[in-house]
Amino acid sequence: MTRPFLPGLGVALGVLVLGLIVAFTVGRYPVTLAELVDVIWSRATGGQPTAPAAVENVVLLVRGPRVVAAVLVGAALAVAGTAFQGLFRNPLVSPDILGASSGAALGAVLGIFFSLGVVGIEGLAFLGGLVAVAAVYVIGSFLQSRDPILVLVLTGVVIGALLGAGVGLVKYLADPYNQLPAMTFWLLGSLAAITVADLLPLLGPVALGTAVLLALRWRINVMSLPDDEARALGLATGPLRIAIVAAATLVTSASVATSGIIGWVGLVVPHLARALVGPDFPKLIPTAALLGGGYLLFIDTIARTAAPVEIPLGILTAVIGTPFFIWLLAGMQKNWS
Amino acid sequence: MSLSGRDLTIGYSDRVVGRSLDVALEQGEVLALLGPNGGGKTTLLKTLLGILSPQAGEVAIGGRSLASISIRERARLIAYVPQVHNPTFAFTVESVVLMGRTAHGNLFSRPSAHDRTVAARTLEQFGIAHLASRPYTMISGGERQLVLLARALAQEPQFVVLDEPTASLDFGNQGKVMREIRALAKAGHGVLFTTHDPNHALRAADRAYLLRAGERVAEGAVGSVLTREQLEELYRAPVEKLTDSASGHAAFLPG
Repeated sequence: MTRPFLPGLGVALGVLVLGLIVAFTVGRYPVTLAELVDVIWSRATGGQPTAPAAVENVVLLVRGPRVVAAVLVGAALAVAGTAFQGLFRNPLVSPDILGASSGAALGAVLGIFFSLGVVGIEGLAFLGGLVAVAAVYVIGSFLQSRDPILVLVLTGVVIGALLGAGVGLVKYLADPYNQLPAMTFWLLGSLAAITVADLLPLLGPVALGTAVLLALRWRINVMSLPDDEARALGLATGPLRIAIVAAATLVTSASVATSGIIGWVGLVVPHLARALVGPDFPKLIPTAALLGGGYLLFIDTIARTAAPVEIPLGILTAVIGTPFFIWLLAGMQKNWS
Repeated sequence: MSLSGRDLTIGYSDRVVGRSLDVALEQGEVLALLGPNGGGKTTLLKTLLGILSPQAGEVAIGGRSLASISIRERARLIAYVPQVHNPTFAFTVESVVLMGRTAHGNLFSRPSAHDRTVAARTLEQFGIAHLASRPYTMISGGERQLVLLARALAQEPQFVVLDEPTASLDFGNQGKVMREIRALAKAGHGVLFTTHDPNHALRAADRAYLLRAGERVAEGAVGSVLTREQLEELYRAPVEKLTDSASGHAAFLPG
């Protein structure tokens, strides 16, 4: 019972397209499908839209950047999660397992603490994620072990806890009226403040990291075997592991720096993708990317429309992710003994 | 071509498992590695595979030092059949066997038509072509062992090294795997396997290598090395020998 690839990929693409339509049309200022098509068509062909200017503004300037960011962040987290689940041979791993999110969180709260502005905060968050994972990797490599993967994960947990303490300290010292709410809001994750200027710093790293993971997709299959086996099959696992971790971390850090901490997407979406096309990474990575983009788009649309105030993304993904995770654990006893 | 270890000190960074070990395997022959648990069988096996580096001495293949051969070229010379385990992901049997072609492509390449042909041929060879599209997680232990054998052969190696290939199999599948091991040697491969059952060595191997506490107890043709006295010394336990009067075949019973 292999799952056919193209129908599965088609479903993922369908989810993304549906997500795009819903995200553009639903909201405080409703846009009809005809108006949406009109605006996009006239932009693509260079003609003059017949829809009112307000509609064009909503589509291109208000919702456009946010929609693009949601797709990129969702796809990035899903691809990184897929790669990490393969690398760590564990379907319950998420992209922040090596401390990318905790590092980014510390970077962001420091940026807010020192009032660095948006660029400074996002830059520090991005660097924080990269530095945290690099530190975990270097420390993990110094600890000689017969199970390098396990040591790496445990080092990630330990360093993550330390970074969490750092975040706590900065919040404790922060100005409770201006800085603390900003930090809390950032840590819960949101795409509300996205502008066109945020898109390029997000797109660059995400495209680069995803391209590397896509290029290595056949080898990630082999990397999901025990280390001895992968090496006996002719794979230099050490350098390849660094490449995969670096690519996935680049993608994760860029996403988290833009959107704040959005958990669960990188854990849940790879499973949905696996249910669609099976575990083969060459099929899984593109499917997870499309599905992740569509998934976060739906979540973000709920976040901005379900209540009079924005619901933080991290809360929504957790509310959906937790029951899913429990369902996963129940199924695991049957499938992954 | 031969795969040999000369004056090997084997072990891990924190402890030495065995010293002064010499071992040689020629193409076309089957060597069985026997010994009590913790005696160094797996460590020696991983050293000969190049997964572990020897702490002293040298492993050589065809006169070249194994350490000087790239990991990719090594995989085209020696294939490893690990103990059957529960995999994490439900790859199809075909995908698993295609992983055996890793060393024949580069870092970014996808399986070629030729790779798929080789994979299909090895599946055919072990009579499991009908399993090709089944998930590896949903087949029996005996079938998984055959899939791992097919994956090893897809590497198109000169030598095949198997870690307890009969350990988790039922009686019938044990016999099947031993027949396949004989067939591999007949096709010109050098085969090394570890086992806890001297009868499997008698059945499938030309020579036996007895390892206890990291030292070679005996080595030679199975008929001369696998005796009651030798096995009692190896395992420090009583052994009974039975001989079939019709065929003259011998078998051992523990206790």
